[in-house]
Amino acid sequence: MSTITQSPAPTPASAPIVKATAASRSWKIPITLGGFAVLSLFLFVLLGRGQRGELSTFRLSQARDVIQLPAVALPTFITGVVVAIVLVLLAALSAWMVYRRIKIPIIYSILFAILFLVGFLAWAASGSTIPVPGLLIGTVTLSAPLIFGALGGVLSERAGVVNVAIEGQLLAGAFSSAVVASATGNPYLGLLAAMVAGALVAMVLAAFSLKYLVDQVIVGVVLNVLVIGLTSFLYSQVLAPSKNLNSPDVFPQLDIPFLSEIPIIGPVLFRQTIIVYVMYFAIAIVYFGLFRTKWGLRVRAVGEHPQAADTVGINVNRTRFVSVTLGGVVSGFGGAYFTLGAVGAFNKEMTNGMGFIALAAVIFGQWHPIKATLAALLFGFATNLQNVLGIIGSPVPSEFMLMLPYVVTIFAVAGFVGRSRAPAADGKPYIK
Amino acid sequence: MSDTSAPAPAAAAPAAPEPGGAKKDGSERWTQTLRDITGGSAMISILAVLFALIVGAVLIAFTNDRVQETAVYFFSRPGDLLRAVGDAVAGAYSALFQGAIYNFRANNFLTAIRPLTETLTFATPLIAAGLGVGLAFRVGMFNIGGRGQMLIAAGAAGWVAFAVELPAGIHLIVAVLAGLLGGAIWGGIVGLLKARTGAHEVIVTIMLNFVALYLIQFLLRTPGALQAPGSNNPKTPAMLSTAIFPDLFGPRYNLHAGFLTVIAATIFVWWLLSRSSLGFQFRAVGQNPRAARVAGINVKNIYMYAMAISGALVGLAGINQVLGTVTTGFGAGIDAGIGFDAITVALLGRSKPWGIFAAGILFGAFKAGGFAMQAAEGVPIDIVVVVQALIVLFIAAPPLVRAMFHLPTPGTTKKPKIRVVKAHKTNEVVAK
Repeated sequence: MSTITQSPAPTPASAPIVKATAASRSWKIPITLGGFAVLSLFLFVLLGRGQRGELSTFRLSQARDVIQLPAVALPTFITGVVVAIVLVLLAALSAWMVYRRIKIPIIYSILFAILFLVGFLAWAASGSTIPVPGLLIGTVTLSAPLIFGALGGVLSERAGVVNVAIEGQLLAGAFSSAVVASATGNPYLGLLAAMVAGALVAMVLAAFSLKYLVDQVIVGVVLNVLVIGLTSFLYSQVLAPSKNLNSPDVFPQLDIPFLSEIPIIGPVLFRQTIIVYVMYFAIAIVYFGLFRTKWGLRVRAVGEHPQAADTVGINVNRTRFVSVTLGGVVSGFGGAYFTLGAVGAFNKEMTNGMGFIALAAVIFGQWHPIKATLAALLFGFATNLQNVLGIIGSPVPSEFMLMLPYVVTIFAVAGFVGRSRAPAADGKPYIK
Repeated sequence: MSDTSAPAPAAAAPAAPEPGGAKKDGSERWTQTLRDITGGSAMISILAVLFALIVGAVLIAFTNDRVQETAVYFFSRPGDLLRAVGDAVAGAYSALFQGAIYNFRANNFLTAIRPLTETLTFATPLIAAGLGVGLAFRVGMFNIGGRGQMLIAAGAAGWVAFAVELPAGIHLIVAVLAGLLGGAIWGGIVGLLKARTGAHEVIVTIMLNFVALYLIQFLLRTPGALQAPGSNNPKTPAMLSTAIFPDLFGPRYNLHAGFLTVIAATIFVWWLLSRSSLGFQFRAVGQNPRAARVAGINVKNIYMYAMAISGALVGLAGINQVLGTVTTGFGAGIDAGIGFDAITVALLGRSKPWGIFAAGILFGAFKAGGFAMQAAEGVPIDIVVVVQALIVLFIAAPPLVRAMFHLPTPGTTKKPKIRVVKAHKTNEVVAK
């Protein structure tokens, strides 16, 4: 367990990123994979003995699809045994690779996770049918606010401002989108209002942390509380008595022609609401903007080494302010999902801690928009898996299913990304 | 793991100056904030409370029906509007005062003083949890895991209190110890993971909140665990009378002996931080983990001890809830958001034991008075949350309050700060 990772350099200037060198061996991945392999042996083989002779069916198409894929029926116990054996072998292989100092590619862990999932689903669904498209559609839908929140967090933290206020931005977006969409009868204006609200929260965060140099975590926490209090107060005082301020139209599901008929992928990605389609663009734009444009380079520069950025003439605080505000725009837009994309009416504290999960996705995703998106998808998947298994009946109590994503995150944070590093100047105001 | 990775990559660790950060502002930032928060004059605190109350008054006035009616004909009869505003605000705040401190409409003194005891009852868990969060702050860690620690502690203490039969007195002590142990373990896991793997305490505490919630939900609906026998509700049976905190002033008041445990906890934390060797190490790590390590302090162990003690203190809040306030059996909502309120209490209390004690009583007063205000005047209790958040926000930003009220800049320690703000302004001008 205790191996020597490379010490960080004394100053960021001389060596900002020192990757673990070949001289170090980290046993974290083999240990984590081994843990899951043992778990799979226990679940699929030991507990799965009673399922001999049963079938687990994976339904791959929905009734309305043009191209119908046949349902796949796997023998539960045999699948479990095969998967468990392969997982043990993979874990052993990873240990061998670490011993031989071969770098374990990230795809290796992803493959392992998918295999584990297949085994798990087969085990959990013994004797019944899992609707795979339904499972995945719900994943994308439930992940939408998390992804928006995570993107907003990435934008803010890449510029060096810790964004704990994602929750507040989501909630502000949800509130204002519901009110404006109801008042004007136009849900698109609601989306606009959500962005403005998210930006306002972000501006307060930026102003307090950049101008008044208040600790950014403190401002973020307090802003969350403030937004919760304000929206709850206004909800009780204004929205609850007059119903016509809180009954926005919900965006309908939009099928994209042709694309939505691709088997599995079509229904999952292209039978969603407009909010989800915007999300695809948002992911691409944030990624492109941060890593392929001059502006993005500047944002990352002020997040990593503001002094150097200042030396070459970048206005550090203004760049940060803009980036944080943009992050608020993105998060606020995600907040509209809660009202215009799902429920319709606003409710007290309806974001229910999603902002904190998005924050976890940012850190889990190593402050990278794509990785953060994947992390958010993981949370969405786990939530939806619990919903699906709740319907078909799961062998484990539903609470443990609900717990799973959080436990996996703890494992992952402790195992895989324990060494992940934030932008070097994250959380530090720049003082000339 | 290398020693140098001990200060985990901090997205949100307020006090963990990272290896390789911009050295000067990085390590001094938190101490500067702490200095501002701890060293700020009482005047700032008073003004912050005052200003927060003014903003609250504006909100109350704006959403008041009578005010809105009279505003329509403001120009013909402005007096009506002013009177309506006065009535609304005075009514709300006088109800708040009567619900929190002294009910001058009561017939006799014993009834009139009852609100004050209610305030102390509400303050009890807030102080305990605030001490836990504040202690973690002093060691440079951010404990958002109050909810999980409270739930686990409540579960452990509650189980001992209703399922184990012991003689009076001993039973109470055993139940309290079980709860403290539960909280300490739940907090200790975080410290352990942070120390051994560098896992970020913010993620781990958030994740453990959910894990604890689902674990308690599972136990609450499992017969033989926490569920009341013969019931289908996810609720525990009533606590045995031998394990309940006795009432301090008889059955007329809700105030229970749990308040004494909180006073003891405050004294303990004060002694720990300012009189003990361990507390010295805590503060040293909080100020600068690298310097602490050079001085021979085992930073990893300090993280573990600090989180365990922090968890136990937060757990004390859960214990007080189940053994003092809600003794008729509890559900999964027993934490009542206190774990999050505790963060604001700790911030307002400047992470100092007696400051937290005072802040807890202030927030307890707001809570007790808020309920009375909601009942008497129909002003939602959420306004109290807004006022609390604003107080913390203003106290955390002394330059803002000073600028608003044109206060002189006190002390030499603040000087660099003001210069910074000015420099920033001139910078902006130049940029324009």
